[in-house]
Amino acid sequence: MKGRYSAFALLREGVRGHTGWRPAWRSPEPKPRYDAVIVGGGGHGLAAAYYLARNHGITDVAVVEKGWLGGGNTGRNTSTIRSNYFYPESVALYDFSLKLYEGLSRALNYNVMFSQRGVLTVAHSPAEMEIAARTVNAMQLNGTDAELLDREAVLAKAPLLNTADAARFPVFGGTWQGRAGVARHDAVAWGYARAADALGVDILQGCEVTGFVVENGRCAGVETSRGTIRAGAVGLATAGHSSVMAEKAGFSLPIRSYSLQAMVSEPVKPCLDTVVLYPGTGTYLFQSDKGEIVFGGGIDRTPSYAQRGNPPMQQAVVSGLLEMFPAFGQLKLMRQWAGVVDVVPDSSPIIGPSPLSGLYLDCGWGTGGFKAIPAGGWLLAHLIATGEHHAISRPFDLDRFAAGRLIDEAAGSGIAH
Amino acid sequence: MSARRIRDAGRRLGFTFDGRRYEGREGDTIASALLAAGVRVVGRSFKYHRPRGIFGAWTEEPNAILDVTLNGRTTPNLRATTEMLAEGMAIRSVNATPTAEADRFALLDRAARFLPAGFYYKTFIWPDWHLFEPRIRAMAGLGRLDPANAPAAENSVLNLSCGVLVVGGGPAGLAAALDAARAGENVVLVDDGLVPGGTMLHRDADGPERAAFLVARIEAAGGRVLPRTVAWGVYDHNLVCCWQRPEGMPDRQLRIRPGRIVLATGAIERPLMFPDNDRPGVMSSEAALVYLRRHGVLAGERIVLAANNSHALAVALPLREAGAEVTVADLREGASIDAVHGGKGVEAVTVRGRRVEADCLLVSGGFTPTVHLYCQARGRLRYDEAICAFVPGEPVAGMSVVGAAAGDFGDYAIVPAWPKPQAKGRQWIDLQNDVTLKDVALAARENFRPVEHLKRYTTLGMATDQGKTSNMNGLAAMAALTGKGIAETGTTTYRPPFVPVPLPVVAGRRRGELFNPVRRLPLEAGHRVAGAVFREYGGWLRPAFYGAGDAEAEIAREAERARQTVAIFDGSPLGKIEVIGPQAGDLVDYNSYQTISTLKDGRIRYGLMLTEGGAVYDDGVTVKLADDHYVVSCSSGHVPNVALRLEEWRQDRFDPARVFVHNLTPHWATLTASGPRAKALVGALSLGVELDDTALPHMAVASGSFGGGPARVARVSFTGDRSYEVSVPAAAAPALWRAMIEAGRALDAVLLGSEALLLLRAEKGFVVVGKDTDGTTMPHDLGLSGPRDRRKGEFVGKRSLFTDEAVRPDRRQLIGLTVADGGPPLPTGGHAVETAQGKRRSTGYVTSSYFSPTLCRPVALGLVERGLERIGEEIDVFHLGGMRRAVIAVPCALDPAGERLDA
Amino acid sequence: MQLFSCPFCGPRDETEFLFGAEAGKRRPEPAAEVSARAWGEHLHFAGNPKGPAREIWLHLTCGEFFAMERDTVSHAVSATRALRGGGQ
Repeated sequence: MKGRYSAFALLREGVRGHTGWRPAWRSPEPKPRYDAVIVGGGGHGLAAAYYLARNHGITDVAVVEKGWLGGGNTGRNTSTIRSNYFYPESVALYDFSLKLYEGLSRALNYNVMFSQRGVLTVAHSPAEMEIAARTVNAMQLNGTDAELLDREAVLAKAPLLNTADAARFPVFGGTWQGRAGVARHDAVAWGYARAADALGVDILQGCEVTGFVVENGRCAGVETSRGTIRAGAVGLATAGHSSVMAEKAGFSLPIRSYSLQAMVSEPVKPCLDTVVLYPGTGTYLFQSDKGEIVFGGGIDRTPSYAQRGNPPMQQAVVSGLLEMFPAFGQLKLMRQWAGVVDVVPDSSPIIGPSPLSGLYLDCGWGTGGFKAIPAGGWLLAHLIATGEHHAISRPFDLDRFAAGRLIDEAAGSGIAH
Repeated sequence: MSARRIRDAGRRLGFTFDGRRYEGREGDTIASALLAAGVRVVGRSFKYHRPRGIFGAWTEEPNAILDVTLNGRTTPNLRATTEMLAEGMAIRSVNATPTAEADRFALLDRAARFLPAGFYYKTFIWPDWHLFEPRIRAMAGLGRLDPANAPAAENSVLNLSCGVLVVGGGPAGLAAALDAARAGENVVLVDDGLVPGGTMLHRDADGPERAAFLVARIEAAGGRVLPRTVAWGVYDHNLVCCWQRPEGMPDRQLRIRPGRIVLATGAIERPLMFPDNDRPGVMSSEAALVYLRRHGVLAGERIVLAANNSHALAVALPLREAGAEVTVADLREGASIDAVHGGKGVEAVTVRGRRVEADCLLVSGGFTPTVHLYCQARGRLRYDEAICAFVPGEPVAGMSVVGAAAGDFGDYAIVPAWPKPQAKGRQWIDLQNDVTLKDVALAARENFRPVEHLKRYTTLGMATDQGKTSNMNGLAAMAALTGKGIAETGTTTYRPPFVPVPLPVVAGRRRGELFNPVRRLPLEAGHRVAGAVFREYGGWLRPAFYGAGDAEAEIAREAERARQTVAIFDGSPLGKIEVIGPQAGDLVDYNSYQTISTLKDGRIRYGLMLTEGGAVYDDGVTVKLADDHYVVSCSSGHVPNVALRLEEWRQDRFDPARVFVHNLTPHWATLTASGPRAKALVGALSLGVELDDTALPHMAVASGSFGGGPARVARVSFTGDRSYEVSVPAAAAPALWRAMIEAGRALDAVLLGSEALLLLRAEKGFVVVGKDTDGTTMPHDLGLSGPRDRRKGEFVGKRSLFTDEAVRPDRRQLIGLTVADGGPPLPTGGHAVETAQGKRRSTGYVTSSYFSPTLCRPVALGLVERGLERIGEEIDVFHLGGMRRAVIAVPCALDPAGERLDA
Repeated sequence: MQLFSCPFCGPRDETEFLFGAEAGKRRPEPAAEVSARAWGEHLHFAGNPKGPAREIWLHLTCGEFFAMERDTVSHAVSATRALRGGGQ
């Protein structure tokens, strides 16, 4: 690749005052037609464009993004990557993605800073340990890595956890996925964008899709704020706006959108070396490479497109954090924001053809889309290129709702809802 | 040379900084004390470890971040300019070893050219990021967390309503508050200073008295003035969250809901751009005035004052009056700062080609209105060329902006002095994150041109100061590079909190016990006296077992004795939801999988409640007292939700005037007697109930009395033995408890905890919903297909029982499991597996597993594909890499004919 | 923090409320005559409007369901009203 990144290039440019670096991506004018148009310039959309070019040799592709690329949920999440799920279909999907993450920096020639520091899910009672055992066994049988840990082992991984007898949610044990971890979310978007652009993909920022071109019952392109763009096939990867897009295309989805808050503390020296999920309080966290504690919790319970959140959930998440890690009471909240998450009743994504022929869906990721960026992109590209499902995406088709064939991970842990 | 104290008053306070002893004065901030003590280097920059000094005087400070130990506790990342000095503070610089003055990583600056913004994206790809990450992490982070310091959860949240909330107690805020108070409005004014007054406290000699006078007038007119209170965020429907630091009390959160907000938050000075503008000794001109007037500290002896606006240039006079030699560089007249000399602090400044010896360089590039809360409320800014600043644009409903925050700077003349990207030398934009003008140029070159990309790529504005002194210069630089104007370039999104807020203040009192209060039994004291060991079940604190011995042994003892004599069990948390009215039967039938209304009066039926998706949501018995009176029971953890779903259909599907739902669970206490001697025990209670089996058969209810109040006796069994649930009003529970224990003495009764109960019901194959069912289990998976096949009429979930998925022949069904390898009980969570073509596949899992003391062997329940067709089949059970052998059996392992119910 | 006006109790903090459903949903019945597709759509599909929305909410404190019209982007509430008459 021209303009290849490497330590050598960094040294060379350092001497030259960094004047030789090229744009990470172009800002081209839209062409009137492409073989494929992807709506949505977040991680999934950019990855889909990259894999269309890389896997299928389809380079006449445009990614259409109404704002600046990576500015939606990809730039707002808490960047956890894991495949510790219960159902074999889910493990197949997320572990496929995890494996792609493992090789991603090299594939893209961009350091996405994938840190496989492990994900620790804490169990607070004997009953939760039974569910944990069930999940660990499922994961091992489904071919991914998982361990059941006792209390000592959990505390060894996160020594600052609350060990007081009076703790509201005592540490009983937990599950551990060692290959899981975190990455730098912006870098994932930028890495895919740069690699896709280098393969010839046009990334059109500041270009909002206002409608779909439909001819003979088939999607033939998009109307945008920068003109009409025709396409052989169209992919939809607009987390937070899937229902809005679907309505323009004449169908509805099993999606309701909510705000999901995320927060960071001021940075401190390293004090937490793994990702911790704490079901009792609903809070999850890790420490970024810059030293900030990055954390989040549940969704704000009002259907919303506001990309904000309100004090009650903020308070619950922060309280939960301090219950788990009392020493973090020394820290200050530095920044708080939110994304719009598309929640599906079974908390599993929707990947497959839409009711409009020629329009393909990669949506419904709810609170868990970041870990699936490589897989979502790969599978959407496969759909666009071949018109068919990849084996991994088939179970997540929209038709599962009529069949009652939900893939409900929460249900897998015993919760009927 | 450098700063000195010119007004020495107040008690002396001893402190140390980086190990050296100093003395400050009462009323000092840590910053003013350090300045007065002549400390120039207070830290090292984040990436290049360049020496940093104090730049500002309040929340805008980017450099002076310190770890402070007081009374044995260390708090990291305190901002020196907003923390008051206290006697005995041990203060350390952050990110510097061993001291800020003599940092061992200072040489990193020599490699700066190889460490531009985003360098880590371009390298560390080979061989593996993990090799480099620990080093990068160790170099990052500011202060150090003290693992032994767990701050107490002592921070309250106070709620306040008012007519007008004025944010900011400077001249504009005080005036607005006074006007509103005089007009009769209910006014609250919040100000983040120790005393209100804002710029009045340092701009004018008599400012403090005038401010105090205004505060007194506001209070006299009925307003409330709250100092030490910073509004950090505006949330929906005009809710304002504030962090208050009252004197002598723990910090607390204020949640204020005003009718309208007046934003009087002033403006923040921004620095000038020139080479090496990050040297210690380069300070905000406004800050110098604050230190002079409020703390009696003169920033330097020989000061160069460089500014592009009239406001800052006026600082020269008071500085001269205090005895400093001040050289003015007026950018409006073409002056420029060409260079700053001095490694660890300003020693000289080259002004328009001429070298001036100096120990302090005061700068001002203009003032930026503090519009954060306006923008959080979705206000849109507009660029005002006349003052070179973004100001609030269209008004936001419920909020007005006044004073400097609105761009009202009074008499103010300024020439633009934005960064020139082609300029020579290294010029800093974000001091804390070490972002330079060259980094902005690099971002532009690489097409990270939208301001949000610029921010994320360079990390400009993402430090603890959130860009208060750097955002404008950064976006102006990008505007120059792209050729767009500043207005078109725009700002990044303003995110709360306005200043970093301690996490305990955000969390408030919702800590410990209050985080998610566990529910407690009326008889908790009685259980404790009886030696109960408690655990949480479904949100309730309940006896797991009784006795001081080994848990397994005590549980086995209870379970064995329960089947031999009589067990006493506290079932109070079990749901008791009454449904009353002419349509009660219809509502109860709709809610339930089984038909209930066909029961005779005084009879009880066990049933399931489904979700609309057809999954088993809960189970329980329903008592029919009369055609218009039912009592629905459900598991203790589901009570509020079951009441809610009944209420939903009452209002949505039925006539709310003809059926009512009352959750009476907390009103009744229920104690159960179970076992061969249960009838004798209940008989001894003299409840006035005919206990003959024809009068009160299994699954029937009778009314009696106890202690002068009502009592209900229901024959329902979760153990499989003869069982009587005695319910009395909760106040009578202790008396009933005592009576049952007394009666039980002669019968060799045993107290039964929840663990033993779970064992006993497992012997009978009775499910615990959520343990032996998962969120997909349907009633026919439990062997209950009658209502699905035969019930006419609608009920919740009916249609879902006929989907493709629901009628699959290979669904997981509830079965029993026995141990085939002579080993211990099967592991709960172990998976049934089948192997095909070398690949193992899960076909289900073990949901409950115990050693039965009555049967003297392990018993277990599980969900296994096609389980009910495979009774007698031997299977593999996988658990954490190992394998067991088990045999599929019917769920009921004990007394399948149910004879023990009437024994 | 949002403030919602229960038609019976007046303005209360959002923590006292639970979102019920989009307004206007009708349960398809009887089961035997409902197609799999229609049932799946009723159970799971949603309009999920961006902007003005009409919703059914529950005030947990008094147990009453009511209708609310609000904007899902600005969170402005334009109206709340009782479902069957009664209330303020």
